[in-house]
Amino acid sequence: MPTIELNGHTYAVDEDGFLEDPMLWNEQVAADLATTEGIANMTEDQWKLVNYLRHYYLEFGIAPMVRKLCKENGFKLNQVYEMFPSGPAKGACKVAGLPKPTGCV
Amino acid sequence: MSDERRPTPKLDDLEKGPWPSFVREMKRAAEGSAMADQLLGVLELSYGDRVGHWKHGGVVGVRGYGAGVIGRYSDVPEQFPEVAQFHTMRVNHPAGWFYKTDALRKVCDIWEKHGSGLTNLHGATGDIILLGMKTESLEPVFAELTENGFDLGGSGSVVRTPSCCVGPARCEWACFDTLALTYDLTQHYQDEIHRPSLPYKFKIKASGCPNDCVAAIARADLSIIGTWRDAIDVDQEAVGTYAADGLDVRATVCDRCPSKCMAWDGTSLDIDNSACVRCMHCINVMPKALRPGLERGACILIGGKAPIVSGAMLSSVLVPFMKLEPPYTELKELIGKILELWGDEGKNRERVGEFIQRVGLGSFLEAIGLEPMPEMVKHPRENPYVFYEEYFEEEK
Ligand code: HEM
Ligand code: HEM
Ligand code: SF4
Ligand code: SF4
Repeated sequence: MPTIELNGHTYAVDEDGFLEDPMLWNEQVAADLATTEGIANMTEDQWKLVNYLRHYYLEFGIAPMVRKLCKENGFKLNQVYEMFPSGPAKGACKVAGLPKPTGCV
Repeated sequence: MSDERRPTPKLDDLEKGPWPSFVREMKRAAEGSAMADQLLGVLELSYGDRVGHWKHGGVVGVRGYGAGVIGRYSDVPEQFPEVAQFHTMRVNHPAGWFYKTDALRKVCDIWEKHGSGLTNLHGATGDIILLGMKTESLEPVFAELTENGFDLGGSGSVVRTPSCCVGPARCEWACFDTLALTYDLTQHYQDEIHRPSLPYKFKIKASGCPNDCVAAIARADLSIIGTWRDAIDVDQEAVGTYAADGLDVRATVCDRCPSKCMAWDGTSLDIDNSACVRCMHCINVMPKALRPGLERGACILIGGKAPIVSGAMLSSVLVPFMKLEPPYTELKELIGKILELWGDEGKNRERVGEFIQRVGLGSFLEAIGLEPMPEMVKHPRENPYVFYEEYFEEEK
C-alpha cells in the first residue's frame, strides 16, 4: 500500500492519493492533503466546502451529488474548480478525507 | 522493445484469419513502445488465468477539468511496471470527423512521445481515444494537445462530446447542418462537458436524415434526426427511367414502404404524404427520382442508451418537428429544461430514459412544459382497465 509524506506526517493512501482510512481525518490532515492540490493555505471558502463534505459524509456515509454541493454552499461549479483544480471529487473530497468516488467511463 | 519477442501463444491465435487484428496492431506498436509491449504481456496473462488484470475505476484528470480522462490501474504492477497506470484520454473530435492529415500526425506524435502510442479512432462517444498513459503524463499531454488546438472530450457524468453524421459536407440528404449544430452545441456546453454535475452521462448525437448514420436513436440520450414536414419531392420522369431500367417499383419500393402509402400504376408514383413515416426507404432505392421535401428540420427524440446498468433502449419522439437554425434557441431551451429536471431529480447513474420511465412520460412532459402528442406513443393503449384521473373529475 502506498504512503505519502506531507509536512512531516505519513499517510496511507491509495494510488489516487485518497486516505485509506477516512476516519483518520482531522483539520491537520486536511491541510496536509491540500498541499497535494497545490493549496498552501486553505481559504475560508475552501474550509467551508471541506467541512460541508465531511459533515455530509459522516451523516449519510456517501459524498453529496455535485449539484447539491453547489446549491447548498452557494458556489458555481467553475468556482469549485478554481478552489480545487482537480474538482469536487478528486480534489475537495480527497482533502475532506472521503473515500474515493467510484470511477466511471 | 526487447530483442527477442515476448512469447504470446494465446494472443497469436487472434492474428489468424483474414480480418484486421488488434493483436497485430498492438505488436506493431510494441516495437516502439514498452507500454504496448507490456500490455501484450498483461493480456496474455489474462487469457491464461481467465481474469482481467485491471482494477475498476480510478479518478485521474487534468487541472480545471473533472472529465476527459478514464483512469485505469493494473493489479499486477510489479510484473508489468510500464502499464501499472494505463489511463485513457478522450480528445474532442471535430464535427463530422474531418481532419487535415497534419492534425492527425500531430496527435500521433504527441501520443507516441507520452503514451502507449495506441489509439482508437473513433470511440463510441465519437472522441479520439488515446489508450494508455501514466499519471505523470496527464498534464504534459493536455498542454501539448491544447497548444495544437485540441481539447479533451467528455467522460463520466457529463454532457458527452456531441457528435454527428457528415451531413451537408458530403451528403445530399442532410435536412439541416449537422456540423454547424454539433460545433455550436459543443461550444455552448463546454462547462457541462468538462465538469461533471449530472446523475450520469448525457449523449447528444445528430443525424441529418432518418437514415441516421450515427445511430443517434440507439446511442444517444438526446437524438436529433433530420426530417421534413412537407411532401417527398418526386421526379415522375426519373421514376419512369428506374422502371424502364428494370427496377420493379411496386415490389421493391411500394410493397416495402412501412406505412404502405405509395402506389405505382406503371406511369406515375402516388404518395400519401400524410401517412408517410419518413423512413427514407423509397428515397434510398431511387435517389435520382425522390428527395426529402423542402420544409426541413429535425425530430428530437429522447431516452436512447446502450445496455450498461439496465437494458438497451431506443430514443422516442419528444418533439416531432423542429426547425434547426442558428442560434438554435428552441433546442437549447429544451435541453436546458431537461438537464435541470433530470439533474435535480435523477438518481445517481440513472440515464434520462430510465428517469422518464420511473416518473412517467406524463409527469416528465409536464415538468419540462411540453404538450403530449400522438407522435410520442407507439400505438394506442391496449389495456382498457386503467382509469386516469381525468375520468373522475366530473364526479367531484
Ligand atoms: C480479445 C480481446 C478484445 C476483444 C474481443 C475486444 C472486443 C471489443 C468490442 C466488441 C468492442 C465494442 C466495439 C464497438 O461496439 O464499437 C470493444 C471496444 C473497446 N475496446 Fe476492445 N476488445 C479486446 C481487447 C481490448 C484491449 C486490450 C483494449 C485496450 C488496450 C481494448 C479497448 C477497447 C476500447 C477502449 C473500446 C471502446 C471502443 C468504443 O467505444 O468504440 N479492447 N472491444
Ligand atoms: C469489467 C470491466 C469493464 C467493463 C464492464 C467496461 C465497460 C465499458 C463500457 C460499457 C464502455 C462503453 C461506454 C460508452 O461507450 O458509453 C467502456 C468504455 C471504455 N472502457 Fe471499459 N469496461 C471495463 C474495463 C475496462 C478496462 C480494463 C479498461 C482499460 C484498461 C477500459 C477502458 C475503457 C475505455 C478507455 C473506454 C472508453 C472508450 C471510448 O470512449 O470509446 N475498460 N467500458
Ligand atoms: S444520416 Fe442522412 S444526412 Fe447524414 S450522412 Fe446519413 S444519409 Fe446523409
Ligand atoms: S419515406 Fe418511407 S414511409 Fe415515406 S413513402 Fe417512402 S418508403 Fe413510405
